[in-house]
Amino acid sequence: MDKPHLSTQFDTEINTVSTRVLEMGGQVESQLAQAIYALRHLDIDAARNVLQVEKRVNQMEVDIDADITQIIAKRQPTARDLRLLVAISKTITNLERAGDEAARIARMARDIVESGTSVSMGISDLQHAADLAIDQLRRSLDCFARLDEKAAVEIVESDSKIDDEFDGFTRKVITYVMEDPRAISSMLDLMFVAKAIERIGDHAKSIAEFVIYIVRGTDVRHNKEAFREVAGSL
Amino acid sequence: MTTLTTSQRNGSASKVPFDQQTIKITARNLNFFYGKFRAIKDVNLDIPEKQVTAFIGPSGCGKSTLLRIFNRMYELYPEQRAEGEINIDGENILTSKRDVSLIRAKIGMVFQKPTPFPMSIYENIAFGVRLYESMSRSEMDERVEASLTKAGLWGEVKDKLGQSGMSLSGGQQQRLCIARGIAIRPDVLLLDEPTSALDPISTAKVEELVTELKKDYTVVIVTHNMQQAARVSDYTAYMYLGELIEFGETDQIFLKPTKQETEDYITGRFG
Repeated sequence: MDKPHLSTQFDTEINTVSTRVLEMGGQVESQLAQAIYALRHLDIDAARNVLQVEKRVNQMEVDIDADITQIIAKRQPTARDLRLLVAISKTITNLERAGDEAARIARMARDIVESGTSVSMGISDLQHAADLAIDQLRRSLDCFARLDEKAAVEIVESDSKIDDEFDGFTRKVITYVMEDPRAISSMLDLMFVAKAIERIGDHAKSIAEFVIYIVRGTDVRHNKEAFREVAGSL
Repeated sequence: MTTLTTSQRNGSASKVPFDQQTIKITARNLNFFYGKFRAIKDVNLDIPEKQVTAFIGPSGCGKSTLLRIFNRMYELYPEQRAEGEINIDGENILTSKRDVSLIRAKIGMVFQKPTPFPMSIYENIAFGVRLYESMSRSEMDERVEASLTKAGLWGEVKDKLGQSGMSLSGGQQQRLCIARGIAIRPDVLLLDEPTSALDPISTAKVEELVTELKKDYTVVIVTHNMQQAARVSDYTAYMYLGELIEFGETDQIFLKPTKQETEDYITGRFG
């Protein structure tokens, strides 16, 4: 644990903003779980619930950014404090976007129910990828809460699993569509869901990268060499 | 002393890396004593030419003491002595047999409180110049104007050069002192908390000036205001209890210091 600041108010401000990020993360996490549930079980209430939460998540992003701006204006943070605040600002953008993806899935579920079309294939095939994405997001929030660099490295490394699932699913869809071209429309919808899940994995990975930045000050985004250096040093 | 971490930095700006800088001042195994008290402990430091180097650290850490060794200011006081080496352009100024005033002519200094001489604005500049150079009135006029212009004060005082330097505002007085410091054409300018007695606008003007001055001079600045160090300096040295804890590029020190002590100090966790 870091030493406290001379200004206890500064500590309070930083702790408050960190707590709010985790709250926001919790909301997005449950949004995602519900969106997948809504699609799997064609549960329109769950879908509507996700869309309801989306507004709250958007507002949280705006509020947390306002808090960060305030802290920067008042405290002129440096070093780790500055890195933390910059990383938080970017993390909440990733969370908000992950929330958008969850909403996209929920909307798809709602549309399917409302249009009464049947889905012949695929949702269960996506369940594994969805579970991975949910797990990935949860772990990224955990490692943010604990500023656990080791866990962050593991998350970045395991992002490829979701990517592999996505590639596998794409191949399956292509095969399916070739066999039955009438399924093109519903298969396209599922492709969008698969893409949304894959993106959520990417957002979780970004959050983990920011944790590395906070702890070590090394920006590993788009920099495999820097990442390998960090991973090798742990 | 910590080595620089330029290579570790991500996305470093396109500036000359430290190892390619020309070094103007080199301190080696430097110790300083106020009587029996050892105020500077084995400091080794390279200050690059035509860059701004800031010394930061809590009160009593030795940063002002270190600055004052660079022009042998301590010799004014008995019982103060420095050991080790300070090489400026290859000459160890601590043991130099040259007249100390000639050494100081190469190393100008500006203090925390503005200290204009009780004479006219013009004479404040001309007085120091005459100690080292003889020149015609018109040459002196040019020198005075050039110095005041460089210090960003010419526009404000050109119509009242005959007025007392004391009649200026605090910020103007401080810039007058900087003009006086550069009028003798030194190589190095030492600034000891030059803005701590100034309001934010005067502070901003002096900071602007510091950035301007590094085109021609090697600037070393001691400041209590960490944000000022972050704003104006290229390199920062963090000192604590007479030791140099960390020296590095300012961008690196303020974003990613390598020493925990530095981090604690600049993030306000010191205590």
